[in-house]
Amino acid sequence: MIDFISPFALRRSGILGMNSRNIEFISRYNDRKLFPLVDNKLQTKLLAQEYGINTPELLFVVRYQRDVYKLLEKLKDISSFAIKPACGSGGKGILVIKGREGDGFIKSSGVVIGLEEVTRHVTNILAGLYSLSGDQDVALVETLIEADAVFDDYSYQGVPDIRIIVFQGYPVMAMLRLSTKASDGKANLHQGAVGVGLDIKTGKPINAVMNGVKILTHPDTNHSFDTIKIDNWKELLLLASSCYDMTNLGYLGVDIVLDKNKGAMILELNARPGLSIQVANSKGLLPRLREIEKVATKRANLQKRVDFVLGFENF
Amino acid sequence: MISKNSLYIFALFLVLLGIFIAIMRHEQTQIPFLASEKKDVWMVEARVEFNAQNNTPISVNLSLPEDTMGYKLYFEQSVSAGYGFNMMQKDGIKRGEWSIRQAKGKQTLYYKAQIVQDFTDDMPLNKVDAKLNTKDDIIWNASEQVAAKEILDFAYAKSSNNITFTRELIKTITDLKKRKDSSLLLLKHSYIDVLSKLLTDAGVVHRVSLALELEDARRNQALTPVIEVLDKDEWILFDPTNILQEENKNFFLWTRGGKSLIDVVGGTNATVKFSMVKQNMPALELAKAHFDESGFGIFSVHRLPIEEQSIFKMLLLLPIGALITVFMRLLIGVKTSGTFMPVLIAMAFLQTSLFLGLLNFVVLVAIGLLLRGYLSNLNLLLVSRIATIIVIVIFLVAFMTLIGYEMGFNTGMSVAFFPIIILAWTIERMSILWEEEGAKEVLTQGSGSLLVAVLAYMAMVNGYVAHLFFNFPELHLIVIALMILMGRYTGYRLLELRRFREFKTIV
Repeated sequence: MIDFISPFALRRSGILGMNSRNIEFISRYNDRKLFPLVDNKLQTKLLAQEYGINTPELLFVVRYQRDVYKLLEKLKDISSFAIKPACGSGGKGILVIKGREGDGFIKSSGVVIGLEEVTRHVTNILAGLYSLSGDQDVALVETLIEADAVFDDYSYQGVPDIRIIVFQGYPVMAMLRLSTKASDGKANLHQGAVGVGLDIKTGKPINAVMNGVKILTHPDTNHSFDTIKIDNWKELLLLASSCYDMTNLGYLGVDIVLDKNKGAMILELNARPGLSIQVANSKGLLPRLREIEKVATKRANLQKRVDFVLGFENF
Repeated sequence: MISKNSLYIFALFLVLLGIFIAIMRHEQTQIPFLASEKKDVWMVEARVEFNAQNNTPISVNLSLPEDTMGYKLYFEQSVSAGYGFNMMQKDGIKRGEWSIRQAKGKQTLYYKAQIVQDFTDDMPLNKVDAKLNTKDDIIWNASEQVAAKEILDFAYAKSSNNITFTRELIKTITDLKKRKDSSLLLLKHSYIDVLSKLLTDAGVVHRVSLALELEDARRNQALTPVIEVLDKDEWILFDPTNILQEENKNFFLWTRGGKSLIDVVGGTNATVKFSMVKQNMPALELAKAHFDESGFGIFSVHRLPIEEQSIFKMLLLLPIGALITVFMRLLIGVKTSGTFMPVLIAMAFLQTSLFLGLLNFVVLVAIGLLLRGYLSNLNLLLVSRIATIIVIVIFLVAFMTLIGYEMGFNTGMSVAFFPIIILAWTIERMSILWEEEGAKEVLTQGSGSLLVAVLAYMAMVNGYVAHLFFNFPELHLIVIALMILMGRYTGYRLLELRRFREFKTIV
């Protein structure tokens, strides 16, 4: 049975469509020359450090092939780490090492690999195997994120993250993304991860969707999503909102992870955030974006912007 | 950003301009807007090329066509800078002669003719008398004599008159060709010579002629030798490569009775190539379009040599495919792999016919994906990976062509029309998609691409569309206007109405 909603009903519910997102928001509020700031993870990280924004700690960068051979020496005192391509997309090319065993490295799956496999991975990153354009890339070596225990019951492998849409510095909608067996430990919604809409003012769960269908419990752990509770919600909003001051991108998706020891940090920024967040929230983005368009000024500082959202009745 | 209102005005301006120019052109040249139930009109162009010898007068003598069964020569013209041109009858055969005092280097001469296909009129049968053309070059040796007699007896036994005899003969020799050991006759002599000699031996009145196979938008074609057999007062044409005496095959007789096609004095390496386009409109108006020297006549695709015209016929259809792609992506929300890949695939379908094209495409991409799966184990870099896939695709195309040929479809050849590089990229993209998003996404995008390609094909293959956009290129301004308008469409895509269907219960 082909099931459609009428365009007028969809308009009434304030859903933001792809064409509208591209023309009225991304191309209007995101200056193209700023895109590299978020498309290149190294640039994002350096910028974040400059602004004192918390991100997973960068241990070192491998830029040239000759540095690959010094890898063992540099990793001498580091037992767990993650290697990422700076220009990778969709979580491709990320190698996670959670410990050592003699000369070997233990991957997150538990498999032990030798040094030569690690160096080959880095060589591939440098050659651009994981960058979509196929251009040369650099490899980032970061400390491993240790996921906060609050989400342990709701995630199958992988680290859950919180996606917040920030429009002209105002956080407008949020969603928690939980990996599942079907998504292969990845937190991408279209790969089968669970999206839990979060109330932008309180961080409380609204409802959850997987593959576009509403669900009540996590398919692998069977825990009900109702019990999800995120502490210090306002801190998260401030963190997300500060990314606007850092990048100047008006329509931004901010991905935040909660680390057991270091608290909330920015994992990634996205200049073309997807539309599924609306389904997870059972709410359209459009009314909120229009409200912000009315009130937004360049002068409003971080605190004021977040306070505005927290105090705004229509959200 | 330009405001929406000025955008609308600009689009409106383009639409009006397009319509205005089209109407002006219609008024001046009388080209009709609709391709009506008119006779097929072929514009045929012979292109003679040769190298001139220095300091000698040059004369080029080309055999020219006349009215024949089913075809009427409507208008002819020669385009050749600096040359004098004359048409004459020589031994009852029409020939054209170009001459010049001296010339240097490579020379190109054109002869254009407009032929109207008309099977209803009683055409003069043939002015060339029914004399036996055949002073056959072949003299059989003893063993060949025996073989020839065997074939003749065989064909004679199975036939009742000259027509059926000729058909049986062609069939027998074609069968012989397949069995290598018994093709004794074909060892030293060409097929057409053997056939002609056998007919002479049997006392069948016939002649060998050169005919042009009429097919729309073909370039660089050569003439095909055909056999004509006299039956009562009628010359019956046989395609010696095909036993079935096909009525629907469009053979236009160019030279009859074995006279040479071209003689060049004062030049070397002469070649004659033929190009043609089919038009569907009243001959008079078409002639006007082609030979009009004023106003719109000059700014018209019809002024180009036929060879270029047949390229343009394809090229001017491309925007229609692009327009459909824009529509399907922005208004419907169909996902395709590669933005304009579907248009190029649709262009290939135009050459191959839809069903065969689809079949070939799906098989090629499927096999390509399998092989690409192995390549990903090799950890190659992007550039060399794509290059490898290109070679693989070429192998596949060659392989499929061979299989098609062996199985007797000469349409197997048509695989070669697919844009190889585009195919390679498609395979690469699909393969990455498979790894990153899974097989489901590959199927979605693959079928999306094919859907768009088929729709684009159906629009481009439509006779009315082809007629309008070829004869009135200014209509492309309207296409641009539509594209611009769709480019600023901020409403929902059709498939988004399904994606967000859950919101029905919320509102």
